[in-house]
Amino acid sequence: MTVALSPARAPAGAGRPRRPRGAGRTTTYVWLFLTPTVLLYGAFTVYPIVGSYVYSLTDWNGFDASPSFIGVANYREVLADPMFWSSFRLTLTFMVVAVPLQVLTTLLVAIVLNSPRMPLRRLFRTALFLPVVTTTAIVGVVMQFVFDPASGPVNLALRGTGLVGDGVDFLGQSSTALGTTIAVYVWKWFGITLVYWLAALQTVPDEVYEAARLDGAGAPATLRHITMPLLKPFLVIITLLSIEASLQVFDLVLTMTGGGPFYSTEVIEVYIYRWAFASTVPRLGYASAAAVLFGLFVCVIGLLQLLAVRATRKARGAV
Amino acid sequence: MNLSKALRRLPWWLAAAALAIGCLIWIYPFLWMVAASLKTSAEVFTQGLDLLPGDPQWENYERAWGDAQFGRYLLNTVIVTVATVVIVVVRCAMAGYVLARHEFRGRKIVMGALIATLFVPAGYTIIPLVDLAQRLGMLNSLTGMVLAMSGAAHVAAILLYIGYFRGIPKELTEAALMDGAGFATVFFRIMLPLAKPVTATVTVLTFLNTWNAFFLPLVFTFSRPDLRTVSVGMLAFVGENATDWSGMAAAATISLLPVVALFIALQRYFVEGIAGAVKS
Repeated sequence: MTVALSPARAPAGAGRPRRPRGAGRTTTYVWLFLTPTVLLYGAFTVYPIVGSYVYSLTDWNGFDASPSFIGVANYREVLADPMFWSSFRLTLTFMVVAVPLQVLTTLLVAIVLNSPRMPLRRLFRTALFLPVVTTTAIVGVVMQFVFDPASGPVNLALRGTGLVGDGVDFLGQSSTALGTTIAVYVWKWFGITLVYWLAALQTVPDEVYEAARLDGAGAPATLRHITMPLLKPFLVIITLLSIEASLQVFDLVLTMTGGGPFYSTEVIEVYIYRWAFASTVPRLGYASAAAVLFGLFVCVIGLLQLLAVRATRKARGAV
Repeated sequence: MNLSKALRRLPWWLAAAALAIGCLIWIYPFLWMVAASLKTSAEVFTQGLDLLPGDPQWENYERAWGDAQFGRYLLNTVIVTVATVVIVVVRCAMAGYVLARHEFRGRKIVMGALIATLFVPAGYTIIPLVDLAQRLGMLNSLTGMVLAMSGAAHVAAILLYIGYFRGIPKELTEAALMDGAGFATVFFRIMLPLAKPVTATVTVLTFLNTWNAFFLPLVFTFSRPDLRTVSVGMLAFVGENATDWSGMAAAATISLLPVVALFIALQRYFVEGIAGAVKS
């Protein structure tokens, strides 16, 4: 390959290779290569993170020329707001229900689909993956209609079976709205976790299964003693990715329920959005304070996960 | 003999049948959507479960494409997605390359900043971001939207490139350097083509992210409805025409069809790209 790339190679023994470029020149190139990332990422990721801390200490409606500094008053107010805590709880509930549901059901389906004896498995994978590629906001809007109490297909089907007399207003009543949103969320992202698991299962070499079969292990024993232990490190990573994803459900919630009814699906991101962009007098400082608290919470979760990953790595190394 | 073989396969076929029914229910919302887009409003309400419309109503599509401007929204989405994917791939590959193969002062600081922002949720940074875009005069423009989206973290992409470039033997670039190839030539002619698998993963993930983006396009187009992407346009459409179910379904079909078609055509890359994220 190198030969093909260098037809004009100097004859062998022509002396020590000269350093073609000075070190200073290389450093210039290094920074040249980093420039787009430093600029874009600095402006649209690093600056906003620092900025949210600064804004969170101010009172600002976005129209006045400059924000006025008010110290930690926003934080005091956010922490005293029961709506903030309700949003926080909803975000957590969403995560705690959606993640295990998604991770475990996809594992089951992946095990079935991974078997070479399963007919039509590619077709099934395609169908289950399809919702992943579709635009979340559009799916959210379509789901409003799918779950419509009067003419939506879900309620038409339910009434057809005679299970319910009147249509159930899945998204219109506080008791069912969050559950329905979680169900749609799991449906929407099922395929991505499924593919993660299938990739994980592919890393188990066929010879291992072959050896187990020759030793007389049945399917359940193979699953329990071979597949599961080998999948453990993947479980940590896949759970990590799923938790991260479940904290970002703004698109789906805003388009399906708008946070309602009666704030029953108002997750933190929608809460921040409402104060910053959707109220008549925007309170950007206040919303920033809520955002900072949410960001810290996500960071803590991220750190815990990194620790978990490290612990499993260590455990694997010790074996 | 054959019978026992068939009997042994029977459980698998039963499982397949159960899965087939499950999958049909799984994609039913999309089938319903396409069917509704071809029905009259009355049909949608009275025969909501039927998948075959009586007489296809193509004017639903005319309404969504023209009056509701979904043709324009689709074009905006394509422009924004293509531009963002190109910028992200190039900038992440370049950054990943120098971070993986070169020691330089400040390297640790750059790496530290990247890792520190690995888990930053979008809702967290939106306020200063919008404020900055406004002061730079980039709010309410597609350029601003593209720059903001390509500037959003993408740390994972850089890390993927770093991991890949580290694994390429040093001899390969040294030989090229000896032949007098410059820094940029080595990268663009040798390293970047070698990193095709990573580029495929990053392209697919960035494509999905950008095409499906909602929060940023929403706040970037508050005062410029003509710049909406399909996801923002959809929310606006049902806000204005709550009872036009068939129009809504047609608009949704227009928005989803390109990405579904692309997925089916390039399925392998989608699946491998996503699997690549967990393997490494």
